[in-house]
Amino acid sequence: MAALTRRLLCNTAWRQTVVPSLSSFGNRNYTINATEQQVLSCAKYGGRHCVTLMTGDGVGPEILTHVQEIFRYAGAPIDFETVEINSSTTDAAYLEAALLSVQRNGVALKGNIETKFDDAEFRSMNVALRSRLDLWSNIVWCRSFKGVNARYDDIDIVLIRENTEGEYSSLEHESVTGVVESLKIITAEKCERIARYAFDFAARNGRKKVTAIHKANIMKLADGLFLESCRKVSEDYADIKFSDMIIDNASMQMVSRPQQFDVLLMPNLYGNILSSIAAGLVGGAGLVPGMNVGAKYAVFESGTRNSGRSLKGKNIANPTGMLLASCDMLDYLGHHNVGALIRESVLDVIAQPQHQTPDMGGQATTTDVIQAIIDDIKPKTQTRLHSAE
Amino acid sequence: MAARAIRTAFSQINSVPKSHGQGVLPFLQERFLESQSCPSNTRQYSSAGSASIQKVTMIPGDGIGPEISQAVKDIFEAAGAPIIWEDVDVTPIKGPDGNFHLPQAIFDSMAETKMGLKGPLATPIGKGHKSLNLALRKAFSLYANVRPCKSIEGYKTPYDEVDLVTIRENTEGEYSGIEHTIVDGVVQSIKLITETASRRVAEYAFKFARDNNRSTVTAVHKANIMRMSDGLFLKCCREVASKNKDIKFTEHYLDTVCLNMVQDPTQFDVLVMPNLYGDILSDLCAGLIGGLGVTPSGNIGEDGAIFESVHGTAPDIAGQDKANPTALLLSAVMMLRHMQLGEYGDRIEKAALDTIREGEVLTGDLGGEATCSAFTKEICRRIQS
Repeated sequence: MAALTRRLLCNTAWRQTVVPSLSSFGNRNYTINATEQQVLSCAKYGGRHCVTLMTGDGVGPEILTHVQEIFRYAGAPIDFETVEINSSTTDAAYLEAALLSVQRNGVALKGNIETKFDDAEFRSMNVALRSRLDLWSNIVWCRSFKGVNARYDDIDIVLIRENTEGEYSSLEHESVTGVVESLKIITAEKCERIARYAFDFAARNGRKKVTAIHKANIMKLADGLFLESCRKVSEDYADIKFSDMIIDNASMQMVSRPQQFDVLLMPNLYGNILSSIAAGLVGGAGLVPGMNVGAKYAVFESGTRNSGRSLKGKNIANPTGMLLASCDMLDYLGHHNVGALIRESVLDVIAQPQHQTPDMGGQATTTDVIQAIIDDIKPKTQTRLHSAE
Repeated sequence: MAARAIRTAFSQINSVPKSHGQGVLPFLQERFLESQSCPSNTRQYSSAGSASIQKVTMIPGDGIGPEISQAVKDIFEAAGAPIIWEDVDVTPIKGPDGNFHLPQAIFDSMAETKMGLKGPLATPIGKGHKSLNLALRKAFSLYANVRPCKSIEGYKTPYDEVDLVTIRENTEGEYSGIEHTIVDGVVQSIKLITETASRRVAEYAFKFARDNNRSTVTAVHKANIMRMSDGLFLKCCREVASKNKDIKFTEHYLDTVCLNMVQDPTQFDVLVMPNLYGDILSDLCAGLIGGLGVTPSGNIGEDGAIFESVHGTAPDIAGQDKANPTALLLSAVMMLRHMQLGEYGDRIEKAALDTIREGEVLTGDLGGEATCSAFTKEICRRIQS
C-alpha cells in the first residue's frame, strides 16, 4: 500500500515537474497520434507499450542499441521485442516471424534491410514488410535544423508518399530474352486513400498548400488517374490550396527554391526521389526521420531508408534520424511528455558543433553524441525519484 | 558576286534535291544581306567546293525560338564557323489518315545533314497531336540524351563547381507509352527495358567519357526494387564497363545519388541511367547550375544528332528581344564539338562565358537589362577581338 502510494506520488511528482514547454516540441509543430483503430492494435502491458525492434543491416543494430539506452534514461515506458531480420536471414520463416511480431505489437522501430539485388531469389524484405502490413502512407518531414550546416535554413516540407503500389509493385517478367517489362500499377482506391490522408493531415496541422507530383503528360493513364483522384479529394477541402507539378520541374524547383513547398503528395517512386532531395537539403540521411503508417500498424525508421553499410562498426554514424523517429513513435503511442523530452535534448545537442558527426561536418563519434544526449536528459528526469527508495 | 559564289559552292557540295535547293538559296542570300547585327566574315562561303563547310538543319521553333536561333547564327558567323544552316519548320501537318505528322521536309533535311539544332517547340493542344519532341526522337532513333551541367561563373547559384554530365536512355523505359486500364480504377503502365538499348547507351556513355577526358561513369538505378528491369540495365552497364577498364565505373541507387547530389554535386562525373531517372536527374542538375535557360542538351542517334535548348517557348516575351540565347548557344557549341569542330566551339563558348562572367551585358533572366541583340553583339565582339 505504501509502495503503491509512493509510486503514485512519484509519477505525479514527475509529471508535474517535467512539463514540456511549447518550445520543447523541438522544432516540430505537429504530432501524429494513433487513431482509435491503431490504438486497438498496440500492445500495452501494465502501462508499458511493447514495440517490435527490427535491427536490419549496416548501422541499424548499433544505433538502435543507443536508442534503447536513451529510452531507459528518459524513462520511456517502452519494452522492445527484438526480431532478427536482415539481409542474411533469407529463410521465409524470419519474415513471417517479424510480421507476426508487428501484428501483435502494432508498432515497430526498424533499421533498413539491404537488398542483394544481384541474387535473383532475393526479395526485398523492406517492400514485403510494407505491403504485407499495408503501410500505405509514408511521411517524411524535412525541416531545417538549428545549428546544422545546410544550404537553406528555412525549409519546412512534409512529404506524404503512397507506400505500397506504383513502381514498387514488384511485378516484372522477361517476355523475350533481353526484353524486360516492369509493371507500374496505379489504383483509384489507393490514390484516393493517400490523397485523403494528405489533406486530412494538412487540415489538422494548419498546413496551407498541398502539391501533387506526377508525370501525367507522359504517363497519361497512370499518373493521370493519380492526379484526377487528388483533384477530386481536394474539392472536399476548400481551405487548402491544391496545385500540381510535374516531377522533373519539381526536382528542379526543390533544389533552387525549396521554400515554396508545403505538403507534397506523391506516388511511390517520385516520393522516394523528392524525399531524398529534401533530406539532402536539410542536412543529410542521418538527420531525417520517417514513418510508415497503415490502417492498423505503424513502422518508424529513418526517412531516407539508408542502411549505412559503409559506416558500419566505425562509430561515426549519425543517430539523430533514428532518435527522432523513435520520438515520433512515442508521440504516436501517446507518450508525448517523454517524446518531447528526448526530442528537445537531441535537437539541442546536435545544434552544437562539438557534437556533430562527420556527415554534418563535425568530428564527434556516435557515442559522443549519445553521451551528450544522455547528459542532457539526466537533469530533466532527476525528479523521477529513484532516490526516494 | 558573293551570291554567285555561294551558288557555286552549293552546287558542288550538295546533293539537295531541287525543291530544297531553291528553298535554301534565297534564304542564304537573305541572311547574307540582312545580318547587320554582327560584322560578318563571309570568307568561308566564297571558298568554293570547300569540303569543310557542313550543313546543319536548324529548327527555329516557336515563341522565342526564331530570335535565339538568329542570335546563334550571328554568333557562328562572327566566329567563322564553317556551317551552313537549313531552316525547317516542323509544324505538324494533317495527314490523309486524320492524324498530325511531322512534315516531310524535316526528314529530307535530316537525312542529308544528319545534324540538327532545335529551338523550343510548343506542342499544340488538341486531339491527334502527339508531343513533337517525342516524335522527333522516335523518327531519328535518338537513343541518348546528353546534358552537361557546368556551373556558370557570373551566374551564382547555391551550388558551386558543378561539372557533371547526365546521359539518359532516350527511347524506352518508363516512357514507352504502353498503358492499359485493366478494370475501372486500376491502371498499369509498362516500363520496358531491353538489352540492346541499355547496351547502346552504356557504350555511348563510355565513349563520351573517353572523348571528353572524364574519369568516372556512374550507373544510376533502382535494382533493389525493380530487380529485373534495372537489373538488366545494370548488367549491360557492367559488361560495357569491363570492356572499358580505363574508365572508372561505379553504381549507385537513385535516391542515394539525389541525396548526395544536393549535398555535394562535385563528387559526380558522368551519370548514365534509364529514361525516367534521367529525366528527373538531368532536370535536377539543370536546377543546380541555374535552370533550363542556361543548360545545353544533345540527343544522339545512330544516324545523326539533334542538339536543342530545353527551355520553353516563353510566349510572354516572344518577339520583344528579351530572350536569352545561352542555352541554344551552348547546345550549338556541343554540336560543334560533336562535329569535330571543337576549336570553333571553344572560342564561342569562351566568349559567351566571358560575357556572362563580366556581367556588364546580361539579359533579364541572368540579372541584367540588356536585350537579346545587345547580348549577342557583345559575344560577337568578344569572338572577333
